[in-house]
Amino acid sequence: MIDRRRFIAGAAATALAAGAARVLSAAPEPVIRVTARRFVFLPNVLTLKRGVPVTLEFTSADVVMGFSAPDFNVRTDIIPGQVSRLRFAPDKVGDFTFLCDVFCGDGHEGMNGTLHVVA
Amino acid sequence: MSASIDRRDFLKLAGLGGAVFASGLARGAERYAAAAQNEFFFVQLSDSHWGFEGSVINPDARGTLPKAVAAVNALAAPPDFIVFTGDLTHTTDDPAERRRRLGEFRDIVRGLKVRDVHFMPGEHDASLDHGAAFGEFFGATHYAFDHKGVHFIVLDNVSDPAARIGEEQLAWLEADLARQARDARIVVFTHRPLFPLYPQWDWATRDGDRALALLMPYRDVTVFYGHIHQENHTRTAHIEHHSAHSLIFPLPAPGSQPRREPVRWDPAHPYRGLGWREVEAEAQPPAYAISEFPVKA
Repeated sequence: MIDRRRFIAGAAATALAAGAARVLSAAPEPVIRVTARRFVFLPNVLTLKRGVPVTLEFTSADVVMGFSAPDFNVRTDIIPGQVSRLRFAPDKVGDFTFLCDVFCGDGHEGMNGTLHVVA
Repeated sequence: MSASIDRRDFLKLAGLGGAVFASGLARGAERYAAAAQNEFFFVQLSDSHWGFEGSVINPDARGTLPKAVAAVNALAAPPDFIVFTGDLTHTTDDPAERRRRLGEFRDIVRGLKVRDVHFMPGEHDASLDHGAAFGEFFGATHYAFDHKGVHFIVLDNVSDPAARIGEEQLAWLEADLARQARDARIVVFTHRPLFPLYPQWDWATRDGDRALALLMPYRDVTVFYGHIHQENHTRTAHIEHHSAHSLIFPLPAPGSQPRREPVRWDPAHPYRGLGWREVEAEAQPPAYAISEFPVKA
């Protein structure tokens, strides 16, 4: 009986350790912080991995902006005083344009950047 | 042969117009003749960006719009009306300067001999103040009117800086359309493309698909718009979309280069890529003959 209890406890500890090992071995999900201000994104080249979820965290240094990546059908508003988060996993490799899609003044048309997605 | 065909052939033969784009369906001669009395034409001008400065882009930025006004005034026959499809002025952060530009633009186009002129804003006119200054000078940003059997609808997809038509205006559109027969001739004027022409360059309307869904049950719908500073002809289902040249600078073809930057002025070909158009509304069923006119020195 004692042996059985020890066996069960030991098995549970092993399972727990295995789970912990899985958690510890998984790389933390990447987070990229991006500042938007008229009329630039900083940084404006974001390197991502295909199939790897990433969270983009946006702040605005001045006015309401938008981030849109039409090739991945994702977008978010960027509101001054708030952190806007956008989580997605790019599903294709290449260079893709992202842009501000909320008109913010003379220079809005040039407010864009590149998602550089690697395998 | 109708008078309108004669006139279009004359334009082609005389070299007065650019490419003539026939939009619509062929029809029997008898129906054509029966409805010919309702034929007319209007002029579309777009994207004058009054207040823009940049000598390498357009060293005649203050002269191009007046040249177009003079050219329209010089037409042998006046159009029934004229429509400006937005970006009358170039954007500015300064509300007083915005009003000064709108006022100067208004004073220039007051020189048009044709008095029936319809305006709508572009994002440069309206997005930074939700259409407030535009409204002071030109009134409503969305409205409808009828002319010789055609129902014209002006949609505002720019007063919201996020390029949305919005719930209120979509409800207005739905109610307006509900009063139209399914075979009514409908023309939509707007600034941005209602379909996602090239969203990577912000050439789209966020909720344009909802406007198009409302228009879909109507068999005869044509959209004329601006924003992209070049001619483009696209069909979504049975709805045709025709963009116009600008009166300040051309932009590159959608996605043809990495960045959406104005095409530089070519001293060897001044005013190249700038222009305006006539649209001839022919007899039912739908047909619009589009004649493009370059700006000339």
